[in-house]
Amino acid sequence: MQLEKKESSEGDCHLDTCRIPEVPRLLYPKAQLLKPTRVDVLVMTPWFAPIIWDGTFDSAILDAQFRNITIGLTVFAIKKYVVFLKLFLETAEKHFMVGHKVNYYVFTDQPAAVPQIPLQEGRQVVVLEVRNYKRWQDISMHRMEMISNFSQRRFLREVHYLVCLDVDMKFSDHVGVEILAPLFGTLHPGFYAGDRQSFTYERRPLSQAYIPRDEGDFYYAGGFFGGSVPEVYRLTVACHQAMMADQANGIEAVWHDESHLNRYLLHHKPSKVLSPEYLWDEQMLQRPPLLRKLRYVAVPKNHAEIRNR
Amino acid sequence: MHCPRLALGLGFCLLVGMALCSLCNMKLQYKGEKPFQPVTPSQYPQPKLLKQKPTEFLTLTPWLAPIVSEGTFEPELLRHIYQPLNLTVGVTVFAVGKYTQFVQRFLESAEQFFMQGFRVHYYVFTNDPTAVPRVRLGSGRLVSTIPILRHSRWEEISTRRMQSISQHIAERAHREVDYLFCLNVDMVFRNPWGPETLGDLVAAVHPGYFAVPRQQFPYERRPLSTAFVADGEGDFYYGGAVFGGRVAEVYEFTRGCHMGILADKANGIMAAWQEESHLNRRFISHKPSKVLSPEYLWDDRKPQPPSLKLIRFSTLDKDTDWLRS
Repeated sequence: MQLEKKESSEGDCHLDTCRIPEVPRLLYPKAQLLKPTRVDVLVMTPWFAPIIWDGTFDSAILDAQFRNITIGLTVFAIKKYVVFLKLFLETAEKHFMVGHKVNYYVFTDQPAAVPQIPLQEGRQVVVLEVRNYKRWQDISMHRMEMISNFSQRRFLREVHYLVCLDVDMKFSDHVGVEILAPLFGTLHPGFYAGDRQSFTYERRPLSQAYIPRDEGDFYYAGGFFGGSVPEVYRLTVACHQAMMADQANGIEAVWHDESHLNRYLLHHKPSKVLSPEYLWDEQMLQRPPLLRKLRYVAVPKNHAEIRNR
Repeated sequence: MHCPRLALGLGFCLLVGMALCSLCNMKLQYKGEKPFQPVTPSQYPQPKLLKQKPTEFLTLTPWLAPIVSEGTFEPELLRHIYQPLNLTVGVTVFAVGKYTQFVQRFLESAEQFFMQGFRVHYYVFTNDPTAVPRVRLGSGRLVSTIPILRHSRWEEISTRRMQSISQHIAERAHREVDYLFCLNVDMVFRNPWGPETLGDLVAAVHPGYFAVPRQQFPYERRPLSTAFVADGEGDFYYGGAVFGGRVAEVYEFTRGCHMGILADKANGIMAAWQEESHLNRRFISHKPSKVLSPEYLWDDRKPQPPSLKLIRFSTLDKDTDWLRS
């Protein structure tokens, strides 16, 4: 199926959904203007980006609006991280964009280690062989460069949206088209309730990722971001260039690619924000009542053991 | 398709359809697609994720379109985001016959409250350009009068608006504006109406039906009409007096409504609330990307409920029988 190339108008579309899709006649409960669906949490940012929580969306309508699209999922399994692929892909088959066309783009330095798992119809695994780096920080940071390269080379022609994920995780509940937007970020589970002064932004002005103490909307997680291919391309190019500039200045941002992601999303507001339902760590955090679902969660790992070997 | 006669018949119908629909496949070159613009930081409070006070109105539709009301947005932040884009916002109003008397108050109040700091182009559709008063406009804002025919029945005038708007976009507005709002002229702005209203396709909740179940919405209920809405369907009842969006989307929307109105005409039926019925039908299958709360479309005859924090755009009390005679 020939994919029509997205026009440059995507550029300033990042604040509104582009193109009005037609939906067939559907039956679903009616929303009530005087009855907010969630009263315990903020469901929309001050720049009108929906914050996605359970209860705010109707999947029947959204699936109808997003039919006939292909979603690309990027995941990096370098060195010992290949061990996470099986559970990641198996749970993705159960929970990620079910009913839609999905391309799993698995970036790895060991193509033979990518497990064969049974896939639903319309879904495929594409293995992309890439180099590894000695330091885990470099592996993490070079994801931006690799995603930007492949965006140009193939993603633009193959998928409508890109979802860029960490691999040492598993899906435990529905993650669907409600997340799709020209540009989206996810609230880091450790900081959703915090003040901007306490966010672990890069605070040294020398770095390209620098954010002053009185600025910042949210602390976004480096392990779950995405959007339309042109927007993800812009984001990853910008972050990669910023990291190169930092390297030339002899500085490395405190949380690496995540610091640069945060800087980018401060200056290019995302059109949707995913709640911590979409990225959680049960080992590190106590689950509060406002989290009705845990959709994508950390898999326990021994950090020292798995990195740098 | 294996049946040649069927193919021939369909081909013929397609040709006829295309001939009838003069604006059908016209490819429009829209006014400058804007390159991506970063936002320079501005001072505004950090969004509070864990809310203490619930908002009065629902702020998101089930398809994740924002519902705009006071308190849901930061005007400064939005200005910061939208100002660098150098947008031009168009407005269409229809002032036919005695309705020309509303133009002055409409324009004067718009000059005070509508899209301050933006380039604005008002298009006043009228059968009598001489009856359109000259109103003092701020810099970067202009009025054009667009001549249209006056029809004998007010319902006729009303249902031809969709056609007039889509034609006007194709002929002119697509080159001149980025966003277009289609508003009723017998109204007045009372409070700021700004870039919080901009979106791909924007609808406004009708002030008379926002607290009422869908079965009581005054949809067209006769299956013969293209505006027919069945009992279990419907999100909100939207007002015909306010809609808008990106000029390309408004073009598709008005054209779609016009097609429905034409089909009804051919079948000898006129929908219960004329083009408002068709607008509501279309907004079910082409859901708006942004919904304006009743702040943006109010009826002054109604008492102001506590959930309504301010009124930005409302009807003028008027003698409709006389106006339509």
